[in-house]
Amino acid sequence: MKSAPLPLMLLILGLTFAFLYVPISVLVALSFNESGLPTAWTGFSVKWYGELARNGDILKAAGNTLIVALASTVVATTLGTLLAVGVEIRRRKGRFLETIIFAPMIIPDIVLAIALLSFFSLLNVTMGLHTIIVSHVVFNLAFVCAVVRARLKTFDWSVVEASQDLGASTLTTLRRVVLPVLSPAVVAGALLAFTLSVDEFIIAFFTAGAGRDSITLPMQIFAMIRFGVTPEINALSTIVMGLSVLMLTLSQRLNRGRLPGQ
Amino acid sequence: MNDRKPLYLMSPALMWLSAFMVVPCVLILALAFFRRGLYGGIEYTLTLENLALVVDPLYASIFLKSAWIAGLSALIAVVIGYAAAYAISAMPRKHQPKLLFLAVLPFWSNYLVRTYAWIVLLNREGLITALARWFGFEGELPKMLYTEPAVVVGLVYNYLPFVILACYAPLSRLNPEIEEASRDLGGSGWTTFRRVTLPMTVPGIATGFVFVFVLSIGNFVTPALLGGGQFQMIGNLIYAQFLTANDWPFGAALSMVLIAIMMMLLTAQTFAAERGSGGRTEES
Repeated sequence: MKSAPLPLMLLILGLTFAFLYVPISVLVALSFNESGLPTAWTGFSVKWYGELARNGDILKAAGNTLIVALASTVVATTLGTLLAVGVEIRRRKGRFLETIIFAPMIIPDIVLAIALLSFFSLLNVTMGLHTIIVSHVVFNLAFVCAVVRARLKTFDWSVVEASQDLGASTLTTLRRVVLPVLSPAVVAGALLAFTLSVDEFIIAFFTAGAGRDSITLPMQIFAMIRFGVTPEINALSTIVMGLSVLMLTLSQRLNRGRLPGQ
Repeated sequence: MNDRKPLYLMSPALMWLSAFMVVPCVLILALAFFRRGLYGGIEYTLTLENLALVVDPLYASIFLKSAWIAGLSALIAVVIGYAAAYAISAMPRKHQPKLLFLAVLPFWSNYLVRTYAWIVLLNREGLITALARWFGFEGELPKMLYTEPAVVVGLVYNYLPFVILACYAPLSRLNPEIEEASRDLGGSGWTTFRRVTLPMTVPGIATGFVFVFVLSIGNFVTPALLGGGQFQMIGNLIYAQFLTANDWPFGAALSMVLIAIMMMLLTAQTFAAERGSGGRTEES
C-alpha cells in the first residue's frame, strides 16, 4: 500500500471506471428500450432481440462467424500448444524465434490484412470463409502459444525426464504427463482464440473475397454502423459483448485468475 | 528431451507462420518497388516512385496528421491510465486483482461495438444531446461526432485498459521500502512520487505510450466510424489503395513506411524497458 490520499485515489478509480463502463452500459440499456430511441424511455422490451432473430443477413453472418471461429480455434490450439511445448523444452532461446512467434500479436491488422489479400490474389486463390480461417489461425496460434507458455514457465521439467527414464516415448510423455498439467491453459487459450476470431473484423474483411456469402458478424456490424444508430445494432452489440465477457471470464477462471496478456 | 525433438513440435506452427505471415509480408515489401499497371494490376518493373510518392506533401501531411492523432491519444491514455493504475496499486492488495480484471474486461469486448457506443453518445440525436436538453439547454450543441476529438476519444477509450495494465505491472512490483526510505529522508509525498516512483515506472509508461501510438497510427476503423467519410489517416489511405483506388504498389509502400515507424518505436520501447529494469526489485 502506498501512502497516497485515499479519497483522491477512489475518485480517480470512480472516474476511470465510469469512462470505461458508461458508454457500453448505455448501449446495453438502450437495447432494452421499447422505443429504440436514446431520447425517450418507453419501457422495457426485448422486441429488438426478436427483430434480430428474423433478420436473415444477421443470422447468416452469425453462422459464418461460428464456422470461422470454430475451425480457426481447433487448428490454432493444436499448432499453438505444440509450438509452446517445443519452445519451452529448448534451453537456448533464439531471438529470431521469439520475434516470429511474437510478431502476429503486434503486426497491425491492416498490414497483415493487405499482405494476405495480396498473397491470396497473386496465387489466384478464390477467397471465402476458408481464407478467413487460414488468416485467423495466424494470430490465434500466437495467442494460444503465449497462454500455454505462461503455464509452462512454472512446469517442473524433471517430471518429463522421470517419465522418459521410466521408458515412456516422447508421445506418451506428452499425452500422459505434459498435457494433463497443461489442459486448463490449453482450454483457456482455445477460449481466447475463439473470442478473438469472433470479434476480428479487419483481416476477415480483406480476406473474405467479393460477394455476400462469406460475410462475418463483425463485417455485418460494420456495414450496419455506417448507416447510423439503430435499435437492432444495440441488441446485436449487447449479445456480442455478453458473449465475449462470458468466454473471457471462463478463460480467466481456467487460467488461474489471469486474463490473457495480464 | 534433446534439442532436436522440439523442432518437430514447433514445425507445423512455424510453417504456418512462414507461409501465411512471413511470405505475405515479404511480398508486400517487394510490391512497394513495382509499378502500378495501367488497369490497376502490377507491372513488374523496379521503381522507387511509390516510396517517393509517400513523401509527397499531400500524403506526408496524412502521415503527420496520423502521428499527431496517435501521439495525442497515447499521451491522454497514458495520463489517465497511469493515474488509474496508481490508484489501483494504492488499494488493499486483496482487491487489486479484481479491480485490474474490471479495468481490462472492456478491452476484450468487440472493438467495433466499443467504437459504436461512442456514436450512440455523440451523434446529433444521441444521449449527450438528450441530456443537455433535459438539463434545459436550448441552444445548438457543437458538432461532436465526425470530428477529430471524437477520433481521439475513441482511440483513448479503446486502448486505455491496455495502458492501465502496462503501468500497473511496474507499480505493483515497486518495493514499498524504497518509497518509505525516501520519506524517512524527508521527501514529501509529491517529491517521492516525482523523484522515486515515477522514474522507476518509466518502462510501464513507455510500453503503454508506444502500444497506443502504434495501434492508433495504423488504425482505420475508428477514423472511419468516428471521423466520418472525409477523415483520413494512414490506415484509411492504405485501405483505399487496396479496395477502391486499386494502386497496390503505393498501398504497399505506405504499409512499409508504417511498419518502419512502428519498428523504430518498438525498439525504443525495448531499450526503455531494459534500462528501467536495472533499478527495480526483480520479480520471480
